[in-house]
Amino acid sequence: MRALLTSKSTKVAVFLVCLIPLGTLVWRGFHNGLGANPVENIQLTTGDWTLRFLVFTLCITPFRKVLNLSDLIRFRRMLGLFAFSYLCIHFLTYLVLDQSLDPSAIWKDVAKRPFITVGFLGFLLLLPLAITSTAGWIRRLGGKRWQMLHRAIYFAAVCGVIHYYWKVKSDVRMPLFYGALVGILLLWRLGDWFFKRRSAAGAKLSPQHVPANPAQ
Amino acid sequence: MLFRKATDLTYADVTPKAVYLDRRRFLQAVGIVGATALAGKRLFELAMPSRTALAATKFDDLIKSPFSTTEKQNSYENVTHYNNFYEFGTDKGDPAKNAQKFNTSNWVVSVEGDVAKPRKFTMEEILKIAPLEERIYRHRCVEAWSIVLPWIGFSFSSLVKLVEPTEKAKFVAFQSYYDSRQMPQGRWAGIEFPYVEGLRVDEAMNPLTLLCVGMYGESLPNQDGAPVRMVIPWKYGFKSIKSLVKIKFQSKMPPTTWNLAAPNEYGFYSNVNPHVDHPRWSQAKERRLGEIFRRDTLMFNGYGDQVASMYNGMDLKKYY
Repeated sequence: MRALLTSKSTKVAVFLVCLIPLGTLVWRGFHNGLGANPVENIQLTTGDWTLRFLVFTLCITPFRKVLNLSDLIRFRRMLGLFAFSYLCIHFLTYLVLDQSLDPSAIWKDVAKRPFITVGFLGFLLLLPLAITSTAGWIRRLGGKRWQMLHRAIYFAAVCGVIHYYWKVKSDVRMPLFYGALVGILLLWRLGDWFFKRRSAAGAKLSPQHVPANPAQ
Repeated sequence: MLFRKATDLTYADVTPKAVYLDRRRFLQAVGIVGATALAGKRLFELAMPSRTALAATKFDDLIKSPFSTTEKQNSYENVTHYNNFYEFGTDKGDPAKNAQKFNTSNWVVSVEGDVAKPRKFTMEEILKIAPLEERIYRHRCVEAWSIVLPWIGFSFSSLVKLVEPTEKAKFVAFQSYYDSRQMPQGRWAGIEFPYVEGLRVDEAMNPLTLLCVGMYGESLPNQDGAPVRMVIPWKYGFKSIKSLVKIKFQSKMPPTTWNLAAPNEYGFYSNVNPHVDHPRWSQAKERRLGEIFRRDTLMFNGYGDQVASMYNGMDLKKYY
């Protein structure tokens, strides 16, 4: 398993798999397969994939610890950047095709409509994470500060779910599904943090006790 | 396109009607067949949404209407595979998929309430009320997309005259058919069924208000509200109730489905109005299907000459 996770070809394979949704969109686009409203189709598809990749990214840490597969970390940045890439297409179709790049129309829309505001906020939260995703930036910021900054993904994912929930007219099943996934993944982190704090406190009280945490 | 050769023409996924109606689509279909011959049909089937054929009755000798627009019509394919009919699911492609087996035989429309001659109409009787007209209308959805299509029917007022509303009748309430066994997807729609709608009597009597039995020269496809529906072209699409079974004249303003679901978002009138936004999105512009950029939305969807006078003195921001 370890060999599979650390092999270079696995990373290339995952990269190519992550491109499939984009490839399918482009292929359909050239073959009249995007239905009656292609712009909307592209927006909904890229929005969906942004949320999915955010969920995949948020899965990495719990899976590393629960399954004891620390090498999964090699895929986290790539998945996060794919989330951001699909978000960029999503956002660009809005800016160009919906609003014709009219700054006053865009500003009015962002300021007036909560579902646009919260989506835009999600984009703003992810933008610095994409920029500082390189090894150079981790060094410049220092690991602790970098990690703090990158917790913004939690809020971005919540923004994405709210954006979706406020967008639908009445059938809220899919937004609730993504909401549940993000909720579980964030609650797991809260539980993990709480458990660690307690066991750290326990270790201080009784020095003989070694906290059983296989992931460390 | 890259593909030059069409080897075998077994393009079973596209309805033949859409192909012969639209030469461009046909040529594209030929191109796609060529592509699948080269790239492998399996991949094609995986990546393309499926298309479904529809049975329909043809109508002859349709009267051309002065209300028709000369704007470019949307294709039958687009109109029938992209619409809302929440009883059959909330995705735009769901009605086309899930309404295929919808049974509309022995259809009866009951007209009741404050009328001198309440009665039930069979479909055969409805088709004989007035000569059938073709009316090419703009249709604007509250979700900010729009289409142009040729409906078939006659002014709703022709039916009203047969039942003779009394003095008390100020409003007309409409009700859609609902059967949870035939429409199992409806339970997830998030709105109450049966779907109900309403108009003021003067709105119902406006000559633009259409009792509609067909489109594109044929009877209505199941997914577009077969066998009989309303079309009110100056109001958002959800006012044009589908698969109509009950019409009731009454003195009180009737409840309407979307207003019940979200009263701050959908009013009783729901006239197309670019100056009154939906709380969650702008109504100033719309995307005509087939176009990339949005175009300006017209007041009353461009039917102001025929309908604006009915709303004189009304604050349309308050009565949205």
